[in-house]
Amino acid sequence: MNTFHEEEIMGKAYDSRLMKRLLTYMKPYRWQVVLAVLLMLVATALDLLMPYLTKIALDNYIIPHDAQGLLHIVWLFIWVLVFQFFFQISQAYLLQWIGQKVLYDLRIKLFRHMQRLSLSFFDKNPVGRLVTRVTTDVETLNELFSAGIVAIFGDIFLLAGIIIVLLKINSTLALITFSVLPVLFYITIVFRKYVREGFRQIRVRIAKINAYLQENISGMLIVQLFNREKKNFKKFDVLNADHLEAYIRTIVYFAIFFPAVELISAIAVALIVWYGGMNFNSGAVTIGTLVAFIQYARRFFRPISDLSEKYNILQAAMASSERIFKILDTVPDIKNPEAPWEVINFRGHIEFDHVWFSYKKDEEDWVLRDVSFQVLPGEKIAFVGATGAGKTTIISLLCRFYDVQRGSITIDGVDIREYDIHFLRSHFGIVLQDVFLFAGDIETNIRLSNTAMPREQIIKAAKDVNLDPFIRQLPNQYQEEVKERGSTLSMGQRQLLSFARALASNPHILILDEATSSVDTETELLIQDALKTLMEGRTSIIIAHRLSTIVNSDRILVMHKGKIRETGTHRELLTQKGIYHRLYQLQYKGENQVSS
Amino acid sequence: MFILGSNVFYAISPRVLKLTIDKIEAGIEPRTLLMYCSLLVAIAFGHLIFRFFMRTTMISASRKIEYDIRNDYFSHLLTLPISFYHNYKTGDLMARATNDLNAVRNVVGPGIMHSTSNIMMFVFVIALMAYTSFKLTLFALIPLPLITLVSKLTMKHIYATFKKAQEQYSTITAKVQENISGVRVVKAYVQEDRETQIFSTLNDRYLELNLKLTKIRSVLFASISLFMGIALAVLIWVGGKLVMTNTISVGDFVAFTVWLGMLAWPLISFGWILNMIQQGAASLTRIAEILDIPPAIRDNELTDKSIRAISGEIEFRDVSFRFPNTDADTLRHINLKIPHGTTLAVVGHTGSGKSTFANLIPRLFEPTDGHLLIDGRDIISIPLKTLRKHIGMVPQETFLFSDTIAENISFGVDTFNGAELEAAASLSTIAHDLDKFPDKYETLLGERGITLSGGQKQRTALSRAIIRKPSILILDDAFSSVDSNTEEQILHQFRDMLTDQTIIIVAHRISTIMHADHIIVLDDGEIIEQGTHNELLAMNGFYARLFEKQRLEADLETL
Ligand SMILES: Nc1ncnc2c1ncn2[C@@H]1O[C@H](COP(=O)(O)OP(=O)(O)OP(=O)(O)O)[C@@H](O)[C@H]1O
Ligand SMILES: Nc1ncnc2c1ncn2[C@@H]1O[C@H](COP(=O)(O)OP(=O)(O)OP(=O)(O)O)[C@@H](O)[C@H]1O
Ligand SMILES: [Mg+2]
Repeated sequence: MNTFHEEEIMGKAYDSRLMKRLLTYMKPYRWQVVLAVLLMLVATALDLLMPYLTKIALDNYIIPHDAQGLLHIVWLFIWVLVFQFFFQISQAYLLQWIGQKVLYDLRIKLFRHMQRLSLSFFDKNPVGRLVTRVTTDVETLNELFSAGIVAIFGDIFLLAGIIIVLLKINSTLALITFSVLPVLFYITIVFRKYVREGFRQIRVRIAKINAYLQENISGMLIVQLFNREKKNFKKFDVLNADHLEAYIRTIVYFAIFFPAVELISAIAVALIVWYGGMNFNSGAVTIGTLVAFIQYARRFFRPISDLSEKYNILQAAMASSERIFKILDTVPDIKNPEAPWEVINFRGHIEFDHVWFSYKKDEEDWVLRDVSFQVLPGEKIAFVGATGAGKTTIISLLCRFYDVQRGSITIDGVDIREYDIHFLRSHFGIVLQDVFLFAGDIETNIRLSNTAMPREQIIKAAKDVNLDPFIRQLPNQYQEEVKERGSTLSMGQRQLLSFARALASNPHILILDEATSSVDTETELLIQDALKTLMEGRTSIIIAHRLSTIVNSDRILVMHKGKIRETGTHRELLTQKGIYHRLYQLQYKGENQVSS
Repeated sequence: MFILGSNVFYAISPRVLKLTIDKIEAGIEPRTLLMYCSLLVAIAFGHLIFRFFMRTTMISASRKIEYDIRNDYFSHLLTLPISFYHNYKTGDLMARATNDLNAVRNVVGPGIMHSTSNIMMFVFVIALMAYTSFKLTLFALIPLPLITLVSKLTMKHIYATFKKAQEQYSTITAKVQENISGVRVVKAYVQEDRETQIFSTLNDRYLELNLKLTKIRSVLFASISLFMGIALAVLIWVGGKLVMTNTISVGDFVAFTVWLGMLAWPLISFGWILNMIQQGAASLTRIAEILDIPPAIRDNELTDKSIRAISGEIEFRDVSFRFPNTDADTLRHINLKIPHGTTLAVVGHTGSGKSTFANLIPRLFEPTDGHLLIDGRDIISIPLKTLRKHIGMVPQETFLFSDTIAENISFGVDTFNGAELEAAASLSTIAHDLDKFPDKYETLLGERGITLSGGQKQRTALSRAIIRKPSILILDDAFSSVDSNTEEQILHQFRDMLTDQTIIIVAHRISTIMHADHIIVLDDGEIIEQGTHNELLAMNGFYARLFEKQRLEADLETL
């Protein structure tokens, strides 16, 4: 839970650069935006008309006792209301529509972008954080769009409108009303300063809570097995309490700020009344004016306190968008070449040429040192070696999950960096050491995106890995549900399923990284038999600790501490009496002892 | 109380305003005017004080409730059995703890605060209005029933639609979660486009639901404003007439417009609150759905609290086990006694039930039939904590936390010293690998231990089990990613050091299990053979065949 889950610290509350960028997402909907703004203008104008009508009713009709005129004004009032109603509905809906569309676009764009990022990025970022980007962070922007931006536009119009109307009715009185504004600004600035820091703290802490929760849910089996419930709950409680405490602090700021705005608004009203009262006798101010002013003053201060309430949303949205943009701005380490190599005949001749590789880009912490080897088309080669020797790393490099630091990897004489990355990968059928299954059903886990794959091919693949008998006895057979990560299948079944997936994709080059490590020997032998015909003339690269898996390979490469130390067939290696020989002895020593 | 105070002050100010305006009309002394004006400010100040306390108490309370719910949620999750986690996706559970919790918090905090405050204000304002002019009040309130009607009509829809939207949001979260966890497979199989497409489809539906929600909301809000406007129109008409007939004063009229203005806001926010309450209710249902699931495996009245330690004798007495929602037993009539301090090895085909067998011992699952005894006592009578405390298990699927290696190894012990840590690390030979890492034991792991090789992960998990000095050590295929050289070293050390422990080893390699005191062969959930290595060979059955297969090749190649 240390630095790995530490949420980046985000700075500014309002950043015009970010805002501008957010607004560019509205571009596809500019006409709708224009329409919405027009509607809003009309709606605001209508809204502002009402106190004015009240004033007229009072000054021109009620006080002079003109019932007929009053009726007219009331009718006018009702018409305004009806228009207002329709404008308000269409304006509110339209704005929301735009907001939802923009978010939809943004979410998809973000997701699509993440699909292009390289593995080194995923190694560095915990799953929880990335999930938050696509879900919670975008959802925060939703609030900005649905409550914030809309209301902020509306509020600004309203404020401008009120200022104009007030100045028109009575400029002195208007100026008196505005005289409280400097105080208001001052308060707002002070408030913002405190709240900003508070919210930053809150965000950092909630991120920690969620990362912790997520990891505990994923690893619940371990938590329970190791009796960590109490301890982890305590840890969680501390994080949770930290978050609470940060929140409580900001509440006080809010609790002072909002009533303070109201107090200022009351002072403004008092000033209006006082000035009005003083000048009533001179006839400079009518009762109607006074009433209108009081109503306007209320409308004037409400958006200001609203704006500050929205400030919260605004700030959260800024932080979220900054984090989202940061991901959108991450350039994949592994780039697809601009002009990929045009392949006429893919043969699959792989060559590693003095490859050096380290997972840390700029440190010389070599995982692979000067690795050179070739795989001829149709050859079956195998890697063995101690754990951590770098076998999986070789596979990852071949698939271009990472790029090499020194040396090169070529296929058919062309550097793999020059191939279209998807083209390259589509030639491999890979069973990774960490089996991953998708929630869904068995069939789609084998088929993946290949909707054209005939069912027979799927069943054939399952048969080849000897999984078919098991699937047949499931209630829904190939449609049987697969839970998250395949949690209701046995480990071996999961491996077999991902093996079947690799076979069904009918690859040029089959890559098996410990693909049968949890499968029993009998099943494994059956698979090997099936593979013999299946992989006729095709290349395969197999990594295994169980030597029985690899003895029949054309060539075995023995890795040790990032280097290839021995190469040859099983028999050649045995006669070398090196590392391989020792491994062999260990695995079979028991049997030989007993049988001799 | 604070709400009450704040509203008294708030509602009373128009009354003062009325008095002032009536006075102004009649001509007023500057001094009295000043006094009235100060009174207006003073009232606002009183309001401020009460508002301050109202806000701090109510919102703090809501945050505390959020805190409590979050804690409850997590502590409940900690008690739920593993089978629960097979049925719920991580992303879904997370969405409930984030998005839904937010919706609930909004109701208990701002929601309740504003609604009680609004209701009180409502009552006050109306009382004051009625006191000023009963007739006018009645007229002004004509639209009220209409508002109630509209709210009622929309509420149901908001609840239903919002719940659906939240569920969809959960699905989206789960999808993203899965996509990122499986990024290697996605890339290896060039699934990026398909994943994006699935994701868009999910979002289409989410968008649709949200727009529907928006539509309902805009109608609700706009209608409330409309009805309030109508009330104002009625007031101008009827009130105007009353002023003309001198039934009420101009000041009364002004006060009425202000009061109505005061009512408008609560009413509009009333719509907003209704909306929020419906959303909160929908979310609360989703959280409660999890909280209501009873923890299936826990201590109960059969537990004998006096049991403090376990020596490690295990007995299966006619144990059968069936997973929920399946129609065949995964384990059938297992009868087996594993004496204290011995090693039991389990072999069998993939899916024959080996892991299930192993998982019964720490009570991750409970036998559907028969009894499991530890030290001669039914496993149900042993406190769960005690049971697990004395078991060290390496599950088949390795899970490490994104923490330092030292933290990961010492995960299951309360106290430990450096020597113990190093002993556990060297017993699994991971110490050897750690020497090569620049940060040694403080090396920070990626999520699920992503930055370690497969074998390194497995051995870290092995150390994590050993450091507990368990009476029962369960190794479920714990050497599958470890080379034989390393495995042999580990097993060799085990044989020397772990003499007092009961060990259960599940494995596929004969070399791993042949030295065990007792070996059982599981097939389709049944023990079909058992004995020592030599006994089993003599039986000429499954085990002998397995042995032949592994040996045959070996011999073939040495020829
Ligand atoms: N994503 C990563 N980031 C940083 N270091 C890594 C990463 N993946 C692997 N390593 C390190 O690189 C080394 C080689 O790992 P690799 O997975 O290639 O080993 P391996 O030979 O496949 O081992 P095993 O047989 O245990 O699977 C290990 O020391 C490991 O800790
Ligand atoms: N949670 C579950 N719900 C339903 N069925 C399950 C669940 N877990 C396992 N199974 C099924 O029970 C059977 C036994 O599974 P188990 O994991 O015990 O096998 P195993 O012998 O350990 O296999 P492997 O050698 O592959 O690890 C399998 O057919 C599996 O599909
Ligand atoms: Mg298993």
